[in-house]
Amino acid sequence: MAHLLELDDVHTQLTLKEGVVRAVDGVSFHVDPGETLGIVGESGSGKSMTALSIMRLLPRSGRITAGTIRFKGKDLTDLSEGEMEEIRGTEIAMIFQDPMTSLNPVYRVGWQVSEPLRIHRHISSSAAMTAAVGLLKKVGIPEAEKRVSQYPHVFSGGMRQRAMIAMGLSTSPSLLIADEPTTALDVTIQAQILELLGNLNRDSGTATILITHNLGVVAGMCERVIVMYAGRIVEEGRTEDVFAKPEHPYTWSLLRSIPRLDAEGHEPLHPIEGSPPDMTQLPTGCKFRPRCQFAIDRCAAEEPGMQPVGRQVARCWVTQGGASLDGPGDGG
Amino acid sequence: MSTTSALLTTEEPIRRTPVGLLVLLRGHPRVTAASVLVALLFLIALLAPFISPHDPLAVNADDSYLPPFAPGHWLGTDELGRDLLSRVLWGARVSLPVAFVAVGVGVVGGGIIGLASGYAGGFTDLLLMRVVDALLAFPGLILAIAIVAALGPGLRNAMIAIGIVAIPVYARLVRAVTLQLKQLEFVTATRSLGASPSRLILRHIIPNLLNPVIVQISLSAGFAILAEATLSFLGLGAQVPTPDWGQMINTGAAFLANDPWLAIIPGIAISITVYSFNFLGDSLRDALDPRLRG
Repeated sequence: MAHLLELDDVHTQLTLKEGVVRAVDGVSFHVDPGETLGIVGESGSGKSMTALSIMRLLPRSGRITAGTIRFKGKDLTDLSEGEMEEIRGTEIAMIFQDPMTSLNPVYRVGWQVSEPLRIHRHISSSAAMTAAVGLLKKVGIPEAEKRVSQYPHVFSGGMRQRAMIAMGLSTSPSLLIADEPTTALDVTIQAQILELLGNLNRDSGTATILITHNLGVVAGMCERVIVMYAGRIVEEGRTEDVFAKPEHPYTWSLLRSIPRLDAEGHEPLHPIEGSPPDMTQLPTGCKFRPRCQFAIDRCAAEEPGMQPVGRQVARCWVTQGGASLDGPGDGG
Repeated sequence: MSTTSALLTTEEPIRRTPVGLLVLLRGHPRVTAASVLVALLFLIALLAPFISPHDPLAVNADDSYLPPFAPGHWLGTDELGRDLLSRVLWGARVSLPVAFVAVGVGVVGGGIIGLASGYAGGFTDLLLMRVVDALLAFPGLILAIAIVAALGPGLRNAMIAIGIVAIPVYARLVRAVTLQLKQLEFVTATRSLGASPSRLILRHIIPNLLNPVIVQISLSAGFAILAEATLSFLGLGAQVPTPDWGQMINTGAAFLANDPWLAIIPGIAISITVYSFNFLGDSLRDALDPRLRG
């Protein structure tokens, strides 16, 4: 099956005052039609920059320096800005983390939700309003007829995120990039939004890239998962395989840091020691080495490549050498 | 009353639509009062030819130097026997349009500079802001006088000069708000829907700029009136015999010892006008204060 989206060795640099940051460093992955791919990582790991690279909406300081981003056979990095505008909002839509500021405060929700239709399909205002009512209904907003003529400030966070999703889906794109869509929401609302995204993915066959730092979200939503660290993919595989037996110490630490509700007594929390690396001064060798409890000498000398380990692919000398990430790392 | 208006602001924040303006007027009595004052001034300017008791240019040597409350001349007459009330009313027809054209020059010029600077950033921003800084380095009136002196006296050049002086204020304001807006996710979100940069600026950023710019317009209208009067007083704006407030004060200054009303009456007209615009600007600023918006 042809991939819907295929990134091959994409490098994105940010030129900042502090120096050049390789925010996305040789990232390759693919998304198939209709599937849901999770991208997990800490803040600053390059998840959002990967998404913005695909959309070609990088900040002014950012630039894709190498690699190809093939979408339906076209290399997005080769397209003109005008051609890219045609793809944004029709073929690829994106929803963002902060629903509070994602809607323009001066326009009625209906006007905004139907904006992609007005931009790309040039429909009349009345047709746009009718469409907006339908879209709001589709994303589960009650009293949609009334809601279309309200302003965003009347909407709650969850409602705004629903409206954002409605906006993204208005032109039935084949790919939806959701950048931390539930991070700013209450837990109960998170579940509703995720359920909505899941349903829409099933019903309309829209492929979804779900960017999150919440592993629980990935477990519930995604067939495949990519774990990113310091601008690189460190592990990639089917969600169940990665969760059952992580083959990169970073994934292992992430999974172990989730507090368990079924733990007996008071089990201590297991944070990942240290902090994410300074992206302007990355360590040599494996970028996770300073925080890794499994590190061996080779890790400092050279950076591992992505190699099949177990059922998935991981970037780690330890597991590639046949060692297992069970138990010992506790330090006792 | 204040509780009611506070509630109104939190539940019904200000919108940039005509309906929003009505809500604004209903919820804020000070804005209403100021708007009425300003509207009255415009009405006077508009209706001056019909409500003036006399021709403002009609010389009548027999009636010269009549004090205020003289029969037939409520505000008295000047050295040539021209009716002061009529001249003050007609003066509004000079001052208000000059002020508004000048403010228009400032808004358009400053708006374009501010948008370009704030949206583009980088070198463009640096370059434009240094030009604006250079303009700001001069005291407003001195700069206006220098510009008129260079262009030659006259109302048209006075408008241009006052407009140029107003540009930096709008450039800085628009740039600052644009920079703030650029941080908001809806800017990226709108681009991600396929909106072109020009659509983003015209349909999304400019409507968000209207609030602060409207406040600034009413505030700088006061300044523009004063600047126009000053330029005319100095002989750089309206020329004799145009009934202009600044110009009337200039003429009246010669008779200050014996007939002070010749200068005082146009002075009062200027004060009332400047006060009205500042009042409108202040009350609008309070009403539109983002901290009060929900």
